[in-house]
Amino acid sequence: MLTVSLQHALPGFGLDVQFEAPPGVTVLFGRSGTGKTTVIQAVAGLLRPDQGRVALQGEVLCDTSRGQWLPPHKRRMGCVFQEGRLFPHLTVRQNLAFGQWFAPRNAKRENLDRVVELLGIGPLLQRRPGHLSGGEKQRVAIGRALLSAPRMILADEPLSALDEARKAEILPYFERLRDEIGIPMLYVSHSAAEVARLATTVVVLQDGQVQRQGSAAEVLGDPAVMPAGVRAAGALLQARVARHHGDGLTELDAGGVPLYLPQIARAPGSMVRVRVSAHEVILSRQRPEGLSALNILPGTVEHVRTGGGPGAMVSLTTPAGRVLARVTRRSAQALGLEPGAECHAVVKTVSIAPEDIGGGGG
Amino acid sequence: MSAESAWLGPEEWQAVMLSLQVSIWATLAALPPAVFTAYALARWQFPGKQIVNSLVHLPLILPPVVTGYLLLMLFGTKGPVGGALQQIGIVFAFRWTGAALAAGIMAFPLMVRAIRLSVEAVDPKLEQAAATLGASRIMCFATITLPMILPGLIAGAVLGFAKAMGEFGATITFVSSIPGQTQTLPSAIYTFLQVPGGETAALRLTLVSIAIALTALLLSELLARRAADRAGGR
Repeated sequence: MLTVSLQHALPGFGLDVQFEAPPGVTVLFGRSGTGKTTVIQAVAGLLRPDQGRVALQGEVLCDTSRGQWLPPHKRRMGCVFQEGRLFPHLTVRQNLAFGQWFAPRNAKRENLDRVVELLGIGPLLQRRPGHLSGGEKQRVAIGRALLSAPRMILADEPLSALDEARKAEILPYFERLRDEIGIPMLYVSHSAAEVARLATTVVVLQDGQVQRQGSAAEVLGDPAVMPAGVRAAGALLQARVARHHGDGLTELDAGGVPLYLPQIARAPGSMVRVRVSAHEVILSRQRPEGLSALNILPGTVEHVRTGGGPGAMVSLTTPAGRVLARVTRRSAQALGLEPGAECHAVVKTVSIAPEDIGGGGG
Repeated sequence: MSAESAWLGPEEWQAVMLSLQVSIWATLAALPPAVFTAYALARWQFPGKQIVNSLVHLPLILPPVVTGYLLLMLFGTKGPVGGALQQIGIVFAFRWTGAALAAGIMAFPLMVRAIRLSVEAVDPKLEQAAATLGASRIMCFATITLPMILPGLIAGAVLGFAKAMGEFGATITFVSSIPGQTQTLPSAIYTFLQVPGGETAALRLTLVSIAIALTALLLSELLARRAADRAGGR
C-alpha cells in the first residue's frame, strides 16, 4: 500500500492531492497538465514536494514535516518513463542488467531470462538502443525497471509517445506485469482505454486535486467522471467467455446477458473486461425487435445527468453492470428517461473495439 | 634513441623529452579537477558560480607572463603556498614540476570548456533514470555520465596537451629555461634563435613539434570517434 499526500506549487496552479494505492494497478487518470507527472516524480524521489508525505508499506520515503527524505536510488521504485530513457552507450542486455547491479542482495529478484521471455526481447539483447523501434525500447524499459528488484513499478504515460499500433503492442505487457508478476503499479495515463484495461484502482486528478478515487468499475461507471471528455466516457463490464461461434464471433456471458463481439483469443471460461463507450449505446424503452444489433442489455435508469449542452448522460443498472449512454436531451425527454424507468441499451457488436478488451485480472 | 640522437643534439633531445613529460603530467593532473569543475558548472546551481567560472577562465584571458608571475609569487620558495609545500618536500620553483604546474593551469580552462559542452549534451533524464534503478550519484556519474562524455573528455585532454606543449610565457616566467630542468620545446626553440647558427636546431625542433601535434590530433580523432559511436548507441 502506497500512501501519498502532497502539496506542491506548479506554474499556474497548486497541486494538492491525497490518495492511497492498494495492491494492483492504480491509475492516475486526468488530462495533461493536471499534475500527474509531478505526483509520480515525487513518489520516485526525483522531485522534492513543497510539502507532503509519501510512504510505502509503512516505510516513509518522504516527510517534509519531519525533514525525512530518501534519495531516489534508495527507494527501489522501478520507473518506466514516457521516452524510455534507455542508456544509449549500453547494449539492451547491459541496460537490463543495470538495475540488477544495484539491487540489494536479499531483495526478491526477477530472473533475467524469465523477464526477457515475458517481454519477447530475446532477439534484441546484443543491440544498442539506437537500433530499436519505439515499441521495442519501451519493452526493454519495462524489463529494466522490473529487473531492478523494485518494490513497485511507476509508469509515467509509458505509451503516449507511441502510435496506436505500438500502444496495442505494449499494453498487454503491462497486463502481464499485473497478472503474472503481480507487482504493484502506479500508472499515469490520460487515456480512458488504458485505464479500462489496466486499472484496479482509479484516482482521477483535475486541476491538481483528486476529483474521485475508487475501484475501476466504480469510477469509470460514474458519468460525473470524464477527465478525458464526454466522448471518452464509457462503462466497464466484467464478462466470462462463453463460447466461440463458427461465424467469427465470440459470445460472452455478462451477468447472464449474452454479448457478442468479433472473435478474441481467450479460452472459454476466462474472464475479460469489456469497455462500452457511452456514445456507442442506443436506448430503447421497448425491447427492440428486428434490429441488426446483437447486444441488448435490459436495465433500469439510475440517473440522468444533463449539462449546458444538448447532450445527456444516462446511467443504467443492468445485470451485466452499470452502463453509460450518451443521448440527446431531447430523446431523454421524449422517452421519459428518469430514474427507475425500464429501458434497453443497444450496443452494436463492432462498437466493442478490440483494443478496449482487457484481461480480467482486476 | 640512437637514431634520434644522431639527428637531434643531446640538448634538443632533452627538450623534447622534457616537454612530453611536462605536458603529459600537466594533462593527467588537470583532467580530474577539470571534469569535476565542468560537471559542477554544467549541472549545479550554487552561490558564487559566476565567480568560479571567471576564475577558471582567468588563465585564458590574462597575459601568460602575468600568470607566470602570479605562480612565482604563490608557489615560489618564499611564496605562501610554495613555502608551505617546501616543508613537506614539494618544490615547484625552477623544477620541471613547476613547468608542469604552469602548463596545467594554462591548459585547465580549455579542458573545462570542452568537457562542459559534452556534459551539457548528456540528458539529465538519463541520470535520473539511473538513480531510480538504484545508482548513487557517484555510480550515476561513473556508469552513465562519464562514458557519455568520453568523446568530449578526450577532445579536452588533447586540447590541454597541445596547450601544455606550446606553453611558453607562464613557464619561462615561473621556472625560467634551464636546460635539462625546465627548458621545454618552445623555450628551447626560443633559446636557439637567440644564438648565431642556432636556426637549424630550431628548425629541427619545430618539425618535431609539428609531428607531435599532428600525432596527438590523429590519435584523439580516432579515440573520440570510437567513444562517440558507443555513446551514440551504435
